[in-house]
Amino acid sequence: MSSVATTSSPDRLSLPDSGGHFGRYGGVFVPETLMTALSELAAAYEVARDDPKFQAELRHHLKEFAGRPTELYFAERLTQHCGGAKIYLKREDLLHTGAHKINNALGQALLARRMGKKRVIAETGAGQHGVATAAVCAKFGLDCTVYMGAVDMERQALNVFRMRLMGAKVIGVEAGQKTLKEAINEAMRDWVTNVRGTHYILGSALGSHPYPMMVRDFHRVIGREVREQILAREGRLPDEMIACVGGGSNAIGFFFEFLEEPGVRLIGVEAGGRGIKRGDHAARFEGGKLGVLQGCKTYILQDEDGQIELTHSVSAGLDYAAIGPEHAFYRDRNRISFAYACDDEVMEAFQLCSRLEGIIPALESTHALVHGFKRAKAMRKDEVLVINLSGRGDKDVNQVAKILGVKL
Amino acid sequence: MSRIQQAFARARAENRAAFVAYVCAGDPDFETSVEVCRALLTNGVDILELGVPFSDPLADGLTNQLAAQRALEGGMTAARVFELVRRVREFSQAPIVFYTYYNLVFANGVDSYVRAAKAAGVDGILTLDLPPEEAGEVSAACRTHGVETVFIIAPTTPDERIATIGAVTTGFLYYVSREGVTGVRDQVAGNIPQAVARIRARTALPMVVGFGIGTRAQVAEVAAHADGVVVGSALVNCVRDHLADRAKIVPAIAARAADLSAGVKRGRA
Repeated sequence: MSSVATTSSPDRLSLPDSGGHFGRYGGVFVPETLMTALSELAAAYEVARDDPKFQAELRHHLKEFAGRPTELYFAERLTQHCGGAKIYLKREDLLHTGAHKINNALGQALLARRMGKKRVIAETGAGQHGVATAAVCAKFGLDCTVYMGAVDMERQALNVFRMRLMGAKVIGVEAGQKTLKEAINEAMRDWVTNVRGTHYILGSALGSHPYPMMVRDFHRVIGREVREQILAREGRLPDEMIACVGGGSNAIGFFFEFLEEPGVRLIGVEAGGRGIKRGDHAARFEGGKLGVLQGCKTYILQDEDGQIELTHSVSAGLDYAAIGPEHAFYRDRNRISFAYACDDEVMEAFQLCSRLEGIIPALESTHALVHGFKRAKAMRKDEVLVINLSGRGDKDVNQVAKILGVKL
Repeated sequence: MSRIQQAFARARAENRAAFVAYVCAGDPDFETSVEVCRALLTNGVDILELGVPFSDPLADGLTNQLAAQRALEGGMTAARVFELVRRVREFSQAPIVFYTYYNLVFANGVDSYVRAAKAAGVDGILTLDLPPEEAGEVSAACRTHGVETVFIIAPTTPDERIATIGAVTTGFLYYVSREGVTGVRDQVAGNIPQAVARIRARTALPMVVGFGIGTRAQVAEVAAHADGVVVGSALVNCVRDHLADRAKIVPAIAARAADLSAGVKRGRA
């Protein structure tokens, strides 16, 4: 964690610039065929964003379909167990379809409908974004195709079945290491081919402009609620906030309202996998370097020549070689700091949270818990820590049982 | 005049289109790849487009994805790709254009990559995922080191954007004849004459057409309109089809290139 004072940041709302840049990060790095679709999407989004009717419709569906607002829950027994700061959990796991992903899926589906696109495609890693997209497509009557790495389809078989139940076509991707990165490649190939009638609902704060901005905006509701809820509960802002970071959509939505609150420390937690060795982890700030992948310039795990490296994490949703460009930007400015959690620590925290709170967390979110518990122990009892519980762990129980050697 | 411009001038003087061949550097192995290039350049290929293998080629169809995978598994690195170009330069002065992805150019500094490419004998660079809006650094390095830039125009590119793309292009324009990724198709896209006219009205740069062209008849059809015709996956398939007996790859490629390149002459008959 950084102890350097925060350098002055531009107004958080001024980013990205019109070309999608967050300082030296972000941008538009896609084949020419997609350029027009992306600028049309950016234009349509900007109009929708400023249209009170669109926002009212989105709020309506977030409440009635997704189940917002979500609770800010005081984790009393975890707090006692750690013996330090008061631990609150932002309960995004209580949302319909089981994770924060529905915030963005709803927003983009409404946008697709507004743009007259009848077909939607998406990629998914852990399956949560795929399930959320399948659900909103069912609700709005949109044709839905989800690309998913073959390895992820196996470790998240339950989510594959859920997507199919809701009418989505799930296409397995056999290339490369058969996880999230390959699913995005394949979704982009589909989009290049069918760009005129298709909207691509990208599920993380990644890729080409306007996605990092748009996905962030659709998740800002998380942080807005936290602010209100913590002020009501504690009469003040938290001392520290922690979220897991794959691409970084839950984290940026959770942090965004607090970027200009210097008293609130913000920490993103990456996947340390089996440890920080080449190919064994997905912690981009541990060994990654600046590069361009799948539409944007950011920190990427890559070899000397720029070939993208293999990654590993017990959680499919964090198993990805690049990090959202806005995270890289605020890390440079010492506004968001980063840590990582390893698979074995995650397995322990997963069980601890289940046992002490009666809440089974998603393996992705459990990375935030691992670091949160360490921090809580180091903090004073009168300090307040909020952890974003971005998803529930129902989807992970088969895999966890397998790792623990339990036969179901 | 540069090697690229000479190739177009020569084709024009012979009243035909230039024949542009794509193969993946190092597919399936380094030595075979050198001989594949030789076979192409002695069988009617005017411009050699060398695919630089990338782990995540998101603009490519399955044929070229698998070729990149074979090349990388066969030990291709940035240094080996440059070495391949140097080997080809020992026997050919034909223009060589890199067909690549931006991270490979960016990874160790754009300027030093372009300088190394030029030193090896590369004439032009086409970066698939680099639109003109982000291409400033590559353009500057290419200008400094005397490498020409190639940019793509797509069916979805609006008229006003054609001029923007033309303004940053120093080598030639590459019109992708259909929306989609690379790969052989049964039919050439139907609206190529109109597309070519639309582009010609806005730029004087040489223009090649590619994506989905794989037979002599298709080459001839496109050659009637464009300054150059690109064939890629149909040649890469010759590699794929003979992986079990690699000695057959080079003769297969030679025969295929001879057959396809005849199309550029017939197109203008």
